[in-house]
Amino acid sequence: MFETDLSLNDLMFLAKGAGVTLAITFLAVTGGTLMGLLFGVIRAQIKPWMALPLTFVLDIFRSVPLLIQLILANAFQAIAGFGISPFVTSCIVLALYTSAYCTEIVRGAIEAVPMVTRRAARSLGLTWGQDMTQIVFPMALRVALPSWIGLTLGVMKDSALVLWLGIFELLKSSQVLITRLQEPMFILLITGAIYFMLSFPIARLGGRLERKWKEND
Amino acid sequence: MFDYTFQWRQAIRALPQMLDGALVTMQIAVLSMAIGVTIAVFLAVARNSSSRWLRAPATAWVEVARNTPALFQIYMAHFGLGSFGIYLSPYIALLAGIAFNNAGYLCETFRGALRAIPATQIRAGRSLGMGPAKAFRLIVMPQMFRISFLPTMNQAVWAILMTSLGVTVGMNSDLTGVTQDLNARTFRTFEFFAMAAVIYYLIAKAVMLGARLIAWRMFRY
Repeated sequence: MFETDLSLNDLMFLAKGAGVTLAITFLAVTGGTLMGLLFGVIRAQIKPWMALPLTFVLDIFRSVPLLIQLILANAFQAIAGFGISPFVTSCIVLALYTSAYCTEIVRGAIEAVPMVTRRAARSLGLTWGQDMTQIVFPMALRVALPSWIGLTLGVMKDSALVLWLGIFELLKSSQVLITRLQEPMFILLITGAIYFMLSFPIARLGGRLERKWKEND
Repeated sequence: MFDYTFQWRQAIRALPQMLDGALVTMQIAVLSMAIGVTIAVFLAVARNSSSRWLRAPATAWVEVARNTPALFQIYMAHFGLGSFGIYLSPYIALLAGIAFNNAGYLCETFRGALRAIPATQIRAGRSLGMGPAKAFRLIVMPQMFRISFLPTMNQAVWAILMTSLGVTVGMNSDLTGVTQDLNARTFRTFEFFAMAAVIYYLIAKAVMLGARLIAWRMFRY
């Protein structure tokens, strides 16, 4: 139990997997947040029935298992002959998945800014763009940031599913090591510790921000 | 570029099989929620207790459940326990993994709800002669479930979606498992998984709608 064949090279292999996990998370969250901002502003701006198609499509990404979304997207890109790599496919799917949640966060945050504040801004002569960037954005950011941090961590954890498409991210790397060394518990514990170390400090930070900002409300 | 003919008939012919799979999916989701809620109540009480020996393990459970992927937790149950000579079937491993995950998230939901219940109510109950356990069971718990009902149902939808992960540990009787089996036999990946996606979507929507109806029916004053 207390002896292991795990070598430094194997740890580097796991670290490389963690790097892939972080890269996918970074690309997906960046793309998803940009789309989420756009969709969120649209949803907050136009009437609910006009945004219905958008709401419906984004809702699909939240109501279908991510694994199925990944498999479907990969099958579709093969059928359509796009010839894009599984890595790019998973980044796109995860970005859309992120955007679906981010849209809700952005919309909620914008709607949390009191309408009177925005009207005051407009009646002082600010344009819609100025109102959005200088009044709504700073106020909405405080509402949105804790949930956004939670979303980012959620996407990082969900990115483990891309192993189904054959991408060697952290969890898949651990599977490879398990197959070779036959020490599942030990290697999985290391893998879990890596995930935990990536996620826990940021989750704590998010929780603290949320509490701190609630005091001033 | 697009020289592929979709074969939907095959997928539709497999529909009864997939619906059987959906039943297994629902079964796992319901069981994992029942286990998760039960454990979560104890975890929430333990995390709020003044004893450090109760708080530490409960906090550890919640933080591990919330800060590692659900798939990792399922792997832990399926592959990890093998180190100790415990070999769980995919069904049990999946159930254990999801229940573990549910308990962690639901504990935080319940703790939030507990904070909304005034402490004076418990004191009133105690001064009427109830023991701490009875006061918790009769006064706090019903209110806690009421406040956290919709977040709990959200978690239930998550549990349904998480059951799809079973296929990665060799589960072949739930909706995703059945679909993957059909896919392995026919290679009509897109058609079969599109059907599965529609079924998952309908189940998730039905659960959410049902929850709204129950909440509206039961929780109005």
